[in-house]
Amino acid sequence: MANYSTNEFRSGLKIMLDNDPCSIIENEFVKPGKGQAFNRVKIRNLKTGRVLERTFKSGESVEAADVLETEMEYSYTDGSTWTFMDTETYEQVSADETAVGDAMKWLVEQETYTITLWNDNPIGVSAPNHVVLTITDTDPGVRGDTSGGGGKPATCNTGAVVRVPLFIDIGEKIKVDTRTSEYVGRVKE
Amino acid sequence: MSHWKPNTTLETLKCRAKLLAIARQFFHDNNYLEVDTPSLSQSTTPDPNIESFVTEFNNTRYFLHTSPEFSMKRLLAAGSGAIYQICKVFRQGEAGRNHNPEFTLIEWYQPGMHYRALIEQVDKLVRLLLKDNLPLNETVLLTYRQAFEQFAGFNPLTASTEQLQTILSENKIQLQQQTLTQNAYLDLIMSIIVQPNLPKDKPVFIYDYPASQAALANIRKDKTHVAERFELFINGIELANGYQELLDAREQQQRFENENKQRLAAGQQTIPTDAHLIAALQQGLPMVSGVALGFERILMLATDKNSIWDVIAFTADKA
Repeated sequence: MANYSTNEFRSGLKIMLDNDPCSIIENEFVKPGKGQAFNRVKIRNLKTGRVLERTFKSGESVEAADVLETEMEYSYTDGSTWTFMDTETYEQVSADETAVGDAMKWLVEQETYTITLWNDNPIGVSAPNHVVLTITDTDPGVRGDTSGGGGKPATCNTGAVVRVPLFIDIGEKIKVDTRTSEYVGRVKE
Repeated sequence: MSHWKPNTTLETLKCRAKLLAIARQFFHDNNYLEVDTPSLSQSTTPDPNIESFVTEFNNTRYFLHTSPEFSMKRLLAAGSGAIYQICKVFRQGEAGRNHNPEFTLIEWYQPGMHYRALIEQVDKLVRLLLKDNLPLNETVLLTYRQAFEQFAGFNPLTASTEQLQTILSENKIQLQQQTLTQNAYLDLIMSIIVQPNLPKDKPVFIYDYPASQAALANIRKDKTHVAERFELFINGIELANGYQELLDAREQQQRFENENKQRLAAGQQTIPTDAHLIAALQQGLPMVSGVALGFERILMLATDKNSIWDVIAFTADKA
């Protein structure tokens, strides 16, 4: 794999750090006129999601991480791995619980997710901004109340619990914003 | 899509022009002669922390100057008297919030002037340049040692490597590569601990640097053994670097050789010694102090911008 020198550092660059693939969030160049230059870098560990800071002497180089982000469709789970498919090549990858992470509660079959692959292995899954879920459990709907005021918790088919308006019933489909876990609207069949 | 438009507003361009006019008037009023020296030169600084752009002419290697210092000293040795220059200089690999690979220096030399008197003159000019835009409180003068003691809590002239590493880890700074030279540790602590904590809205001059950071400054021949060098900071930004200039040709030659040794050790290309400068020093430079002021950084303060990108019409990425 190639190396990157600090002068190639920019946000989004994928590098290996402490044997883990990481993504550069922020890179600051500091240098006294007559002194040593440094790059102060904020980095996200792509396996753990943790953000760390590291200071490089300018001119140092680090190994590039073979990280690729690709769109894949969620197919199924056997309970311990979650399988995604490239809809063009029909190639499949199986992600473990750590890789799926928080996206778990937004996994809907045939929906498209962004899969982060490191050396061709999935290490991260990001949900699209909106997904359509089916309500599996909530208090009975209050007919006629379309004000949207108040609201109640509702459990969805993926296990996610979302606050919905009072008129929503079991079996209905709703659109949810995965970034805020908020109800966006009712989806008519 | 082409990003052809300038980074700067018209207001910033006008401020740049105004400040340059103020600076020229200041030098005229103080009897400095404006001079012009070459940007392209067959030698350059061997300072391992400064990398020059390299090009070629008539099968000869030429460097873009990183400061007009060597040529201006040749003019001084030839009897120019007080001189100043406002010019673009070029430094390889320097780009960031406070850096662009080409930038404007205002550099001036006053024969007969002591560097502590030059500090007062720099203070005057900077106050003049910023008078309409950034009201400045009274000037602070700190030795390098005092600045570290006050704002980083240790004596930089006696600190051990272990002590420097402890300071960094106490400040949650994790280095990718643990082994730095003593000066690199000090540079890092200066840049990210001392500078950001310096008093705000006033000129802060830090002077009397460790002899190992003398660059082209005279090293005092007494038991303090400090370099007669100063820097100016305002709101944590390094603005100027000045010296009681080294006059001794032999010592200058020695410093260049040491810097080339450091270059070799670090795997950098060595730089041919500027024989013209050495010859000029041999003939004799008057006792002189000199300083260089980063003009775009003054402009950042005058226009209240956080990034040098906002005060240069076309930064390297758009040039």
